[in-house]
Amino acid sequence: MHRKKKSRLNWFYIPAVLWMLGLIAYPLCNAIYLSFFRWDGYSRNKTFMNITNFISMFSDKVFLSSLKNTLIYGFACTIIQQMIGLALALFLNTKFKGRSLVRTVVYLPIMVSALVMGYIMYFFFQYENGVVNDIVAWLGGTSFDWLGNGNASVAIIVMINSWQYVGISMVIYLAGIQGVPASYLEAATVDGATGWKKFRYVTLPLLMPAISSSVIYNLIGGLKLYDVIRALTDGGPAKKTHSLATYITNRYFDAERAGYAAAIGVFSFVLIMVISMMFNVYFRKKEVSL
Amino acid sequence: MILKKGKKSVNPEGEERAVHDNGKEEKIKFRLRDWWKYLISLLLLVIYLFPFYVILNVSLKSFTDTTSRLKFPSKIYWGNYQGVFQSGDIFIGIRNCLIITGFILLTEIVVGCMAAYALARNQSRLNEVVRSLILSVMMISPITILVGVYSIMSNIHATSTYWGMVLVLGSFGLPVVIFLYTNFISSIPETLDEAAAIDGASNLQVFFRIIMPQLKTVTVTVIILQGVGVWNEYTYSYYFLQKTSMRTITLVIKTYFSAVSNDYGGAAAVAVIGMLPLVVLYLFLQKYFIQGTVDSAIKG
Repeated sequence: MHRKKKSRLNWFYIPAVLWMLGLIAYPLCNAIYLSFFRWDGYSRNKTFMNITNFISMFSDKVFLSSLKNTLIYGFACTIIQQMIGLALALFLNTKFKGRSLVRTVVYLPIMVSALVMGYIMYFFFQYENGVVNDIVAWLGGTSFDWLGNGNASVAIIVMINSWQYVGISMVIYLAGIQGVPASYLEAATVDGATGWKKFRYVTLPLLMPAISSSVIYNLIGGLKLYDVIRALTDGGPAKKTHSLATYITNRYFDAERAGYAAAIGVFSFVLIMVISMMFNVYFRKKEVSL
Repeated sequence: MILKKGKKSVNPEGEERAVHDNGKEEKIKFRLRDWWKYLISLLLLVIYLFPFYVILNVSLKSFTDTTSRLKFPSKIYWGNYQGVFQSGDIFIGIRNCLIITGFILLTEIVVGCMAAYALARNQSRLNEVVRSLILSVMMISPITILVGVYSIMSNIHATSTYWGMVLVLGSFGLPVVIFLYTNFISSIPETLDEAAAIDGASNLQVFFRIIMPQLKTVTVTVIILQGVGVWNEYTYSYYFLQKTSMRTITLVIKTYFSAVSNDYGGAAAVAVIGMLPLVVLYLFLQKYFIQGTVDSAIKG
């Protein structure tokens, strides 16, 4: 009787499963289906194209550059956020008056929509009257058109996203560091380990779960990057800063190439899935071996 | 939000400290030999507060005032704020955000914790599959299926409606909600349910009387994480809420910034007002916000 009652529990997840089937699984299948067609996004006629959309992607220069940018946004942001986040966590783990104020302020930008943050940063990097150029002029340099240069813009976008969201890595690492039992560190001190060695051989291995959470969280966030690009450059100059995400909406809504946009969507869906799975497996192995 | 289970990485003491170190802070004394820490802290405060200072400056300057944005206005100009208040669209934005966020949280919490209850309490092989499928949805970037979602939503005339927004954004957040609740419910001793079941309680009664009352802390986490995400959501809102009266805060701010007039003062003012609700809430409840991030990331 008990068993029967337990299996009846499954009714409880039916609403959730139906909701996700209807609004995630079905749209996903729909997107895959549409990726085989040429379609403008609103009319009734779709032309079956087989896998042409997927093939023409790789001769589309903007697609290739947005693929490259997506990888840069994903990996560069992740690396910067881990290094600075961990440094901030170690710093805030030392005792000094006012450290909670610092933590509060570093976490603050996460409350602001990335789109709005992009607009605020536009005030900084604008050519005329931009804050950065004002500082450059004050230091005696000449103004530079930051957002008129593709490479500079990509670097700026990486910086802004890392700056805004480093607070997440910081608090994850802080919790991880505070979770290291004090007795382990004391034992290491007794054995004669100094600051760096204690960090390297006691704290760091115990931080592995925090590292894996933070890396995967930031990686997915960076690979999905959208809002800040829309606000700051909208893919420009000359479509050099598009990520796959912004390029999808650009193709769908601006170029009315819904089928092609769907194909890019399917591609980046697979890309993000594969990358995050790889990291998941890697970290799981790493944690087991420790 | 990592896809892993059964690994407790932070010991309870560590979490206690993370939560309570605000209270402990007063006990730490100011020491002169910590000067380098204060130097770094000062630098961090400047780096992190500078953008807020700049947008405040811009919002307090008139259109004709072309002095550097670094300089605090010599004469404060309130016209930008007056303009924003007069048009009033930011308040419509706040109202829409409240409605959409409120309904999404309500439905996600009810549907999510029901699902989590079943997945946590009936760990059959089928449910293990269901669980990992739900969790793998967390890796799907909503924008990759935008084309699919958009064509379905316009077919059922769900664009520019509150319920359409709730359906779409709610489904993307649901996996995280289920993930958080499942972990939490798994940690509640099952003997409680069994005792109630022996007393003749049905599954529903056990759920409402025994499980629900214990979910307060994790619900706070869910509200904060999902709330911030939905409140600031942009991509889907932009394409789905095309009626002016349906705009959310972020969309109202965007309208100001993309207007041809280049009225940066007005745009800055609307951005300041638009940021205010969440920033103020965060400053008052910051330990819950930070704890929520930690819980969602590490307690996997």
